[in-house]
Amino acid sequence: MNIVNQVMPHPNNYLTDAELAQIDHEISIMETREAAGIEALKIVQAHRGWISDDSLLAIAHYLQMSSAELEGVATFYNLIYRQPVGKFVIHLCNSVSCHLTGYAEVLAAVKQYLGIEYGQTTQDGLFTLLSNACLGGCDKSPVMMIGSEHYQQLTPDLAIDILEQLKQTAKSHGGDS
Amino acid sequence: MNAMTHPLTHLVNLAKPLNFSQYSEQGGYVGARNALLEYSPEQVLELVKSSELKGRGGAGFPTGMKWSFVPQFDEHDRRAAQNKYLVCNADEMEPGTFKDRLLLEGVPHQLIEAMIIAAYTIGANKAYIFLRGEYFLAAQRLQQAIDEAYQAGWLGKNIQQTNFHLDLYLHTSAGRYICGEETALINALEGKRANPRAKPPFPQVAGLFGKPTIVNNVETLSNLPHILKNGVNWFKELSPGSDAGTKIYGACGRVKTPGLWELPMGATIGQVLNDHAGGLCEGLSLKGLLPGGASTDFLLPEHLDTPMDYDSIAKAGSRLGTGGLIVLDDKNCPVAMVLNLLQFFAQESCGWCTPCRDGTPWAVELLTRIEQGTGTVDDIDSLLKLCDFMWIGKTHCALAPGAVEPLKSALKYFNDDFVEHIEKGCCPYHGGH
Ligand SMILES: Cc1cc2nc3c(=O)[nH]c(=O)nc-3n(C[C@H](O)[C@H](O)[C@H](O)COP(=O)(O)O)c2cc1C
Ligand code: SF4
Repeated sequence: MNIVNQVMPHPNNYLTDAELAQIDHEISIMETREAAGIEALKIVQAHRGWISDDSLLAIAHYLQMSSAELEGVATFYNLIYRQPVGKFVIHLCNSVSCHLTGYAEVLAAVKQYLGIEYGQTTQDGLFTLLSNACLGGCDKSPVMMIGSEHYQQLTPDLAIDILEQLKQTAKSHGGDS
Repeated sequence: MNAMTHPLTHLVNLAKPLNFSQYSEQGGYVGARNALLEYSPEQVLELVKSSELKGRGGAGFPTGMKWSFVPQFDEHDRRAAQNKYLVCNADEMEPGTFKDRLLLEGVPHQLIEAMIIAAYTIGANKAYIFLRGEYFLAAQRLQQAIDEAYQAGWLGKNIQQTNFHLDLYLHTSAGRYICGEETALINALEGKRANPRAKPPFPQVAGLFGKPTIVNNVETLSNLPHILKNGVNWFKELSPGSDAGTKIYGACGRVKTPGLWELPMGATIGQVLNDHAGGLCEGLSLKGLLPGGASTDFLLPEHLDTPMDYDSIAKAGSRLGTGGLIVLDDKNCPVAMVLNLLQFFAQESCGWCTPCRDGTPWAVELLTRIEQGTGTVDDIDSLLKLCDFMWIGKTHCALAPGAVEPLKSALKYFNDDFVEHIEKGCCPYHGGH
């Protein structure tokens, strides 16, 4: 592996040292380089928000796999974003327990509040709305996930309060930078 | 709750799980110590076989028997694989199922102890926990527990001064139901697009990176420390019925107190629904339920006395599956519920084989028409035909037959509702929320 690394050019200096260090760790615990593919995608996405074509090519190059193969992996997963997304990606659970306990009302309220449909991002770049298969919070449904946070027992009002709060934090942080 | 009656959950602490020393003080790692220091791998295998532990991941396959398919050769035999793998299936994405999360977030060391026992038995030196990507809290807690176990000499080289080595890694996925199917999971771990593989060869013989691999569910594995600590007879006597041990049952939908309960295997549906989940919410009554996640057949109020063990639920016409009840009340439309389930399967179909790739979206279209009041009686016939096209033996994996189970049983039990939608030209339940 090391020999190959020396021969291969650094992938256009595209991936940062921090990203490469994390990807190298993932490679070290798997038997093949390509087995680190999904982790590598997640690492780069964590740094850059989404997986652009350039990111995809750089990762594929680094893992010595074809970009088509890596694209096949990237597009397979709900949590890998192949398009730019907002600062907060809302994953609203649309599976059966949520369906039985008021998902439709929560969805309607969220859509109305944000003025977007599934798959869209608000104009201020703050929110993207996506659905998610069962989030495993069925005893506290309806549920949504934003970032790594799960919000449970939603009502239309509670969901909007949560979004409102996120908006406020983003605003106050935005002022700092 | 005590250790002898609620082995799986008595140490669960969702607010702050026990760290290594707390878990050890409460009797943790005694089972693993017994396995590694008192028994040979063959003896542990015999114990697990005679405990009659069955897989809790949905199919109910006897765990000991599954392990016995892993080829065992003397290490100098040229047929001996250089490596074997143990994989814990923590992909829990079956709608209405949230039991593994309790164990992952609430008592992560129990799973690690269990995986040490399992890996020792099958002779694996590398193990992976395949965790669904959305369980962030579980990921954090598992990684911390793994780090603690390494520090305490329970993972790594020469575990507890024995000749046994084990490296355990956490892999987090990124959101796709089919990754829970064990051969798709193996492809996912190899970094491939996660379509299921053809069987045979079975993973026990040629799995991860072509090596013998055992894939077991979180709850299945979590039983091992207790079997090794308290013995086979204790385990079998936990349950009065035909299946051994306890089971974490659940209930969701519009019931008074949805949740999870560890009960003797074979508790009745009625006990779970009424004694533990408190029955239906005020003003609602029971229309039907799925006994074990989205891919199981509907059962009716007349089935409340059925014990939730593998055979009894099968006799009633469904499957124990994951043991989580999804409860349909009389104010929620059964057609809309089935539509929701089929939307899930259509979205999560991996697209590999035609009956499922084309059949599940077609079912969604027909159900949408019926639910919206524009369906015809012919659409019901088409749905029945689809149930046949997508049945076992006609698809590459069990996802599509899993989708058929709630659909076909709904067409049988709730036929009047389907017909009423068609005749009235609208949903009679509209405004049920
Ligand atoms: C579509 C599909 C999804 C599955 N998802 C899971 C899952 O999330 N967790 C799980 O343990 N088993 C799941 N299974 C079952 C696994 O294929 C496998 O049978 C199980 O992990 C074996 O573990 P056990 O013997 O301990 O039950 C799934 C099966 C299918 C067909
Ligand atoms: S049944 Fe569905 S999920 Fe399974 S292989 Fe075929 S297309 Fe994929």
